[in-house]
Amino acid sequence: MVKSTLNFDKDQETLLSMYKEILLARRIDERMWLLNRAGTIPFVVSCQGQEVQQVAASFALNKEEDYVLPYYRDIGVVLHFGMTTRELFLQAFAKAEDPNSGGRQMPSHFGKKASRIVTGSSPVTTQVPHAVGFALSAKMEQKSFATFVTMGEGSANQGDFHEGLNFAAVHKLPVIFMVENNQYAISVPLSKQVACEKLSDRANGYGMPGITVDGNDPFAVYEAVKEARERALKGEGPTLIEAVSYRLTPHSSDDDDSGYRTKEEVDAAKEKDGLYTFYNQLKEKNILTAEIESEIEEMIKKEINEATEYAENAAYADASTITEHVYGVRR
Amino acid sequence: MPVLNYIQAVKEALKEEMERDEKVYVLGEDVGVRGGVFRATEGLYEQFGELRVLDTPLAESAIAGVGIGSAMYGMRPVAEMQFADFIMPAVNQIISEAAKIRYRSNNDWHCPITIRAPYGGGVHGALYHSQSIEAVFANQPGLKIVMPSSPYDVKGLLKAAIRDDDPVLFLEHKRAYRLLKEEVPEGEYTLPIGKADVKRTGSDVTVITYGLCVHFAKEAAEKLEQQGISTEILDLRTVYPLDKEAIIHSASKTGKVLLVTEDNKEGSIIGEVAAIISEHCLFDLDAPIQRLAGPEVPAMPYAPTLEKEFMMNPDKIEAAIKDLAEF
Repeated sequence: MVKSTLNFDKDQETLLSMYKEILLARRIDERMWLLNRAGTIPFVVSCQGQEVQQVAASFALNKEEDYVLPYYRDIGVVLHFGMTTRELFLQAFAKAEDPNSGGRQMPSHFGKKASRIVTGSSPVTTQVPHAVGFALSAKMEQKSFATFVTMGEGSANQGDFHEGLNFAAVHKLPVIFMVENNQYAISVPLSKQVACEKLSDRANGYGMPGITVDGNDPFAVYEAVKEARERALKGEGPTLIEAVSYRLTPHSSDDDDSGYRTKEEVDAAKEKDGLYTFYNQLKEKNILTAEIESEIEEMIKKEINEATEYAENAAYADASTITEHVYGVRR
Repeated sequence: MPVLNYIQAVKEALKEEMERDEKVYVLGEDVGVRGGVFRATEGLYEQFGELRVLDTPLAESAIAGVGIGSAMYGMRPVAEMQFADFIMPAVNQIISEAAKIRYRSNNDWHCPITIRAPYGGGVHGALYHSQSIEAVFANQPGLKIVMPSSPYDVKGLLKAAIRDDDPVLFLEHKRAYRLLKEEVPEGEYTLPIGKADVKRTGSDVTVITYGLCVHFAKEAAEKLEQQGISTEILDLRTVYPLDKEAIIHSASKTGKVLLVTEDNKEGSIIGEVAAIISEHCLFDLDAPIQRLAGPEVPAMPYAPTLEKEFMMNPDKIEAAIKDLAEF
């Protein structure tokens, strides 16, 4: 267990803010599933089970300066970096006002330049070399920011993972690689993806520090990312962090996980859900009082209701815009 | 005016752009201390230092992908693929990422990267140091593909590519590197990307081609001039997206069109040129559109007999123009 600089006595406000963001991410995701099952939106790919590590990691970054390259489950990361609930519903509904893509991409293909959230695609792991490119730019321009990139554990087997980590280590670049190990690449379990004990073991081969933390433990994740960021800004190079959790939903709204894992296994994972562990801790320490709790739930519900309604009623992109923005200057 | 060969024009364009804009940097294998295996970056490491002339690990997807990331940040990377044949590991980065970044982000992000790669045969390079790869990328909106045919064009187009706000694949014919020389002005000039160029005016037959084949076509046209056949040569310069207007104009002018590429014929750039002419010039044509291209084999073999059989040359073009003129 990592000794965390965050603690229950002196950081009550921060911990409550973290909890709010974690819960908001969960509630947004739950609403999207409802909308999908009601036939209102065509697709959801979920963050459930990974919100704790996403939000805790983001709290250890500087959201005014750092760049993030999230993958498709990172609602927790993009919320912290400045994407609003309304914007998340606009992208779920594929509406013109969606800042990610104006409704061009499938949901959860995040990007928002004003918040330094770098645009992503569907072929996994392509964002890893991009993150290294942002970090290289920081070094060239002598700018003091870190670049944070996430991916699922399935991505750790792609060539771009290897090429990106190696490049960053050789040039000692200020980048933090965080693998969100949720145990499954769609239906393929971890045991059929990798033969190593921990994904962070690979860091040694690249010549960078690697650490595996419990993704359900916000203190451990926060500390690991904070240390990695300090190393990055001191010119000591990249870090590989593996945050271990469990994907609580099927891969996406088009997936049925009952064919490849048991209900008992999923139920056992739900027992360890970081959201509820953190909730119980905050209750125990009396940081989350009954009053604050109902206030937060009420606020989130209102925010999500308003965002859903706004997004549902917003306009789609006009069909005539299909040829826009292929090139910078229309030819 | 100084006379430069094709590779010297590449180097001069890089040097001038790096002097002009501190955000321009080059990255690739052997581009630093070694100055590039073809010497395209010779002297740049000494002048600009190792961070702006960056030797990378041997990993093409990272060379493209790291360049793409830095371009999104606001740098102006010029990534070098040592041989065009080795670009394949980077295809995902170029097609899924670079080409689509502006479109997929609804103009929020863009990716001003230039990727240079030496292509083409006739240098004893066999299957994996001779390929023409342009057709792989030539149906990817968002991407531009520039293939200059002369030192003057190299300098002006490479400078334009580096300044372009979108990704440009800049393909240099490696046999042209030391074969082609001409006067190249010192200092500032750029040439427009997306515009073809009439390299020779004529009235009997139009040859539309690009890259080293322009040089071969010029030789053929000079010979035929003496036999009273007047050849127009349109150099595409940018092979994607194509300059439709120039193609239509030049094809309609003579009514007889020969399309030439070093690539194998099926699915090549000139197939699209033929389609444009078919759509727009039917009533101006006096003969069927003719295509002259490499054979339908996977790539250029090593043995001199086989390499010669594959390669385009002035004689093949001369014969094809003559046939058309006599049609």
